Amino acid sequence: MRPLTDEETKSFFDKLSKYIGENIKLLLERPDGSYCFRLHRDRIFYVREDLMKKAGNISRKNLLSMGTCFGKMTKTGKFHLQITALDFMAPYAKHKIWLKPSAEQQFVYGHHVMKSGLGRITENTSQYEGVVVYSMNDLPLGFGVAAKSTQDCRHADPMTLVAFHQADIGEYIRNEEALL
Amino acid sequence: MLPIEKAAKKLNKKQEKDRKLAEAELQTNISEMEKYTLPSGQEIEKESQQPPDLQLILQRIKEVQHVLGDFKGRREPDRTRQDYLDQLIKDLCAYYSYNEFLMEKLVQLFPHEISEFLEANEVQRPVTIRTNTLKTRRRDLAQALINRGVNLDPIGKWSKVGLVVYDSQVPLGATPEYLAGHYIIQGGSSFLPVMALAPQENERILDMSSAPGGKTTHIASLMKNTGVIFANDANKDRAKAIVGNVHRMGITNTVICNYDGRKFPSVMHGFDRVLLDAPCSGTGVIAKDTEVKMNKDEKDIQRCSHLQRELLLAAIDCCDAKSSTGGYIVYSTCSILVDENESVIEYALNKRNVKLVPTGLDFGKEGYVNFERHRFHPNMKLTRRFYPHTHNLDGFFVAKLKKFSNKIPGAEEKTRVATEMADSVNVAEDVKKEVAVKGENQSGEEPVKDNKDTAPGKKDNKKKGSSKWNKKDTAKKTFKPGKFKKFKNNDGKSKQKKKPKSKN
Repeated sequence: MRPLTDEETKSFFDKLSKYIGENIKLLLERPDGSYCFRLHRDRIFYVREDLMKKAGNISRKNLLSMGTCFGKMTKTGKFHLQITALDFMAPYAKHKIWLKPSAEQQFVYGHHVMKSGLGRITENTSQYEGVVVYSMNDLPLGFGVAAKSTQDCRHADPMTLVAFHQADIGEYIRNEEALL
Repeated sequence: MLPIEKAAKKLNKKQEKDRKLAEAELQTNISEMEKYTLPSGQEIEKESQQPPDLQLILQRIKEVQHVLGDFKGRREPDRTRQDYLDQLIKDLCAYYSYNEFLMEKLVQLFPHEISEFLEANEVQRPVTIRTNTLKTRRRDLAQALINRGVNLDPIGKWSKVGLVVYDSQVPLGATPEYLAGHYIIQGGSSFLPVMALAPQENERILDMSSAPGGKTTHIASLMKNTGVIFANDANKDRAKAIVGNVHRMGITNTVICNYDGRKFPSVMHGFDRVLLDAPCSGTGVIAKDTEVKMNKDEKDIQRCSHLQRELLLAAIDCCDAKSSTGGYIVYSTCSILVDENESVIEYALNKRNVKLVPTGLDFGKEGYVNFERHRFHPNMKLTRRFYPHTHNLDGFFVAKLKKFSNKIPGAEEKTRVATEMADSVNVAEDVKKEVAVKGENQSGEEPVKDNKDTAPGKKDNKKKGSSKWNKKDTAKKTFKPGKFKKFKNNDGKSKQKKKPKSKN
């Protein structure tokens, strides 16, 4: 367990800001205690500071997780955001997509979002921007990347993709082994 | 008398006679039924060659139980109670396909209600789910699930977060609500140890064998994500399930680690509360895993029991008696055998400074104080047992302990003696050196004293409880090295002095 290096911080914050923009600082400056990011075995954890100190008692080999895992650093130094970060991204997301009930299931099984399943979309989302995906009753389902801007979505035909799938809550059962 | 009257009288008499006869016949029938005879050796041999006739076996089970119900009145004179019991156990084993060892244990536990218990093990318990109060409320969750075509009800008065699911058109483990962490599928009995633990906000809590994380997430939601929870499991693969569940339920105050629980006190201690849901033989959840019926024998139970004792002592050592809010340990198993429950608690009561306290659960049966040859601590009645046939929960045992002192009885005595021995040996060696270097003329008294102290056997006998001796010794110990240095210096000086002297 160690703090992030400058390079790691840069690639991590770059990725995170695609989804929540400058709201990152809200994650670091919280009224209910000080939180920090720590790297442990290539995973980045978002953890309360006193919790982090107590976790220091656990040897590196035996520590599996603490606080919330945001994702992992790949071997090439890029950051890979995981579904476990959803709880902290959903409230701060800048761009959102709402899915019709019929398309919920598809997305949760790992498919991209098509125009036919699109319920609502945040105004002025530009192409390739990070979006958080919601169901119509405001349940966060995952996140992805907008394949088309809001303008283009308006007159696209029903079968075109409007958002690429990146992570969804179905991974908790599909892919539990790989979460850590 | 008119002829017709005569005829009537005759008829009456005849009817009376018939009635009496019929009654007599009925009586003999009843007595025949009452006198049930055990099958003889030949019959048993004959039966063992044929495939088992379940109908017959069931009939015989009932008969034997009937006889045992009033043994004096209904027995055959030349058969002992043991014969009947053996037959009963054999038949129950054949009918429900258990092994004889386990069946014997179960018959000891439930002499009267064994059939109900075994029948209850044949049916599954209802599926229950627990609401994640961090993300939603029970009423909202129930509404959302009803909209998806799930038929459910609150679990009972004792829990505010549980729901029982009767039937469902969708897989419960894959609804969007499940994936979003609004609930977790968890047996009703798994709520109990956490309710007994009663975690408070901002405490430090250890869940010693926590996979797959159902109880851990329950604790976290009761604490509203404050404080610290350490979720430990010895099995790394199973620990992954904790990671998944903790993240899915949106819990942020948990550290997940992978240690052997028995070694945990050396990693960390000073916890306010410790939950030990010990690995067990699973005799309470036979409905869930029917293999237990056949594959558990005496060795397995002993092995489980031994591990449980070690884990419980470790759990107690992890706990801090001086905690202002806590100092509690909850021990639970999904086994109903006394060897894995009351015996383990009794062992801990003898080995550590803990006492039993009420669990705070207002239902369930009291733990055994007397069982067979065992005589447990009278407070054992504060523990709680749950059975499938009486509570429609999995078989479960919950005990709550309060630690009242961090001292480990016996152990400190041992370590103290050990360190003293080591010290005194060192001192003795030093003294020897001293003597060798010094020769004879310097303070002859002290080495003698030390030699007295080094006699280890005597010391053990004297030492018990006399703190005065102890204090004196420790004072000496700290004092000694300094003195020794002094002597050394003196030696150097004296040698230097001596040399000129000799020259002179």
